[in-house]
Amino acid sequence: MTAALTNLYRSMLLIRRVEERIAEEYTQQEMRCPVHFCIGQEAIASGVCAALSPDDKVMSGHRSHGHYLAKGGNLARMIAELYGKATGCCSGKGGSMHLIDLECGFLGAAPIVGSTIPIAVGTAFAAHSRKEARITAVFFGDAAVESGAFYESANFALVHNLPVLFVCEDNLYSVYTPMAPRQPNGRGLSELAAGIGLKTAKADGNDVTIVKKCAVQAADDIRAGGGPWFLEFSTYRWLEHCGPQYDNDIGYRTQAEFEAWRAKCPVSRARSQLLKSAAIEKGALDAMERELSAMIDDAFSQAKAAPFPAPKEALEQIYAA
Amino acid sequence: MKDGRLSNRTLTYAHAINEALDIALASDPSVYLIGLGTPDPKGVFGSTKGLVEKFGTARVLDMPVSENALTGVVLGSAIDGMRPVLTHQRVDFSLVSFEQIINQAAKWRYMYGGNVGAPLVIRMIIGRGWGQGPQHSQSLQSVFAHIPGLKVVMPSTPADAKGLLLSAIFDDDPVVFLEHRWLYNIEGPVPEGDERVPIGQPRIVRSGNDITIAATSYMTIESLRAAELLADIGIEAEVIDLRTLNPFDHQDVVKSVKRTNHLIVADTSWRNCGIAGELVARVSEDAFSSLEQPPRRVTLPDAPVPTSRALTDGFYPHAIDIARLAGEMLGRSTSSLSAAAESAVPLDVPDNNFRGPF
Repeated sequence: MTAALTNLYRSMLLIRRVEERIAEEYTQQEMRCPVHFCIGQEAIASGVCAALSPDDKVMSGHRSHGHYLAKGGNLARMIAELYGKATGCCSGKGGSMHLIDLECGFLGAAPIVGSTIPIAVGTAFAAHSRKEARITAVFFGDAAVESGAFYESANFALVHNLPVLFVCEDNLYSVYTPMAPRQPNGRGLSELAAGIGLKTAKADGNDVTIVKKCAVQAADDIRAGGGPWFLEFSTYRWLEHCGPQYDNDIGYRTQAEFEAWRAKCPVSRARSQLLKSAAIEKGALDAMERELSAMIDDAFSQAKAAPFPAPKEALEQIYAA
Repeated sequence: MKDGRLSNRTLTYAHAINEALDIALASDPSVYLIGLGTPDPKGVFGSTKGLVEKFGTARVLDMPVSENALTGVVLGSAIDGMRPVLTHQRVDFSLVSFEQIINQAAKWRYMYGGNVGAPLVIRMIIGRGWGQGPQHSQSLQSVFAHIPGLKVVMPSTPADAKGLLLSAIFDDDPVVFLEHRWLYNIEGPVPEGDERVPIGQPRIVRSGNDITIAATSYMTIESLRAAELLADIGIEAEVIDLRTLNPFDHQDVVKSVKRTNHLIVADTSWRNCGIAGELVARVSEDAFSSLEQPPRRVTLPDAPVPTSRALTDGFYPHAIDIARLAGEMLGRSTSSLSAAAESAVPLDVPDNNFRGPF
């Protein structure tokens, strides 16, 4: 149990420290693309991906850094992509909103809300058609269930009993818009999903152990032919919708609300649990910090030193060669 | 025919498509067909008839009325090794799926830096006549052709329908495959076997030295009829079937215009921002000094398509309109043509065998 929690903690800590470094460096105006931070939401990425095998696939939306890293996406290529460099995971054509790493099974992310949900279902359909034993997990926010693409995709996944795990991160806001103008009061996200026919579970998305437990239960059932699942996790995005700043002062949410959620920080909670269990020493956690810090330093140094793509590449890769 | 083995065997356009699908399904297990009514008893006007019996429901599938998500589903399967063929019985039904087609499928290869492509085909049928009206007879090729990353193909003959569809299915990029309902019953020679016609090349379907008529899809048929009318009054028209609108190769048309010095472009769609305007622009850029008259366009008027046959008979341009325009451009009288062009077929059906309902 402790070894498992240590791994989950390390995964979350990597995401947290990478995001913090991006936020710090972003002010240098060298990462010239929109960046959607997931600080505060790391437990869902790390907990769900811990329930997946290397052969399983993951897709995501605009806030995808955590999902990419938790699935094992290459850090150096991600950072290079944010800098628009030739060594980026999309050779500079995608930026923060289009991460991909096929080697680890991260099939892509795209910022049109809800849009990667059917595409993820399509990858599950392909696996199902070929009788492969893998599953696809797709991460999206609370607003994505408002899209027709979600309903249509869930319906199709049920009709064909597809191996797909829908993971909904409910962070309460769609940009600056709270739930009230978007969804009827009192109808939960997982209740809606259950109404469509999906198997559902709902849990605290800031407790990585609980997230993983839910995801393992769902993934095991999906692998056994149980069909698609919908997991609803409550969480909170600490920074502004897009960009590296805190925005609790602009009027759409309160400092008090943010502080209440910060007290439930998924990374701190896991760290406390680890130290309380006494199975890992503070020294080991400090070593982990140093190791991740060195890795992040290296990724940023590589990205900054890497060449930009040649201008002619803007007209390449539109079609197969 | 340079694109395939000579064949005396004739098939209808619908049958030729059916044969292409049959060959693709038989030769590659990653190919599957999906669409509303694809396995139903009518089989998309015969084009998918018999295939579910032969290949089973796992490879010839019906679907929920969820065109947007299903476009995403076929895209997801395409980036994961499958070669899907999604069919819409009318182009108009695809409009709810533009998000997936334009934002996602068209850009997948590019926005991920060439990591993975999206080999999918979306077959879409352009309706006409029999009161199809504003939402069952739009001809949207220019909209699709505007989008980098999509290929847009619209064959006018059974041989091209088969050969281009096979090329589309085995192409590694998304292909929008536009079939005109009025072509479904035409017959023509079709080569046996997996004979593919390359995407991206126009075809000269009739040679002539007096005027060039470049056409899309069904307007190729009207253009060939116009060429026959013109031959009666001593005008030899060269007719070029454009076949592929993206990638759009206009060089054959330029070569032809350098010889004929006159150009008409006949398109099944509207005039404003249409492919006819695009071709006129390209020829003007490349062969301006060869043009003895301003190039002219034969298109639909810029209005939604009406329903009543009283309104559509004058709405769609016909062979006689193309012929008269050619005569006018060449300074030749076409007054003798009217009687010859009188049609025995009502103007709202493709032929006397057509009985509706759609």
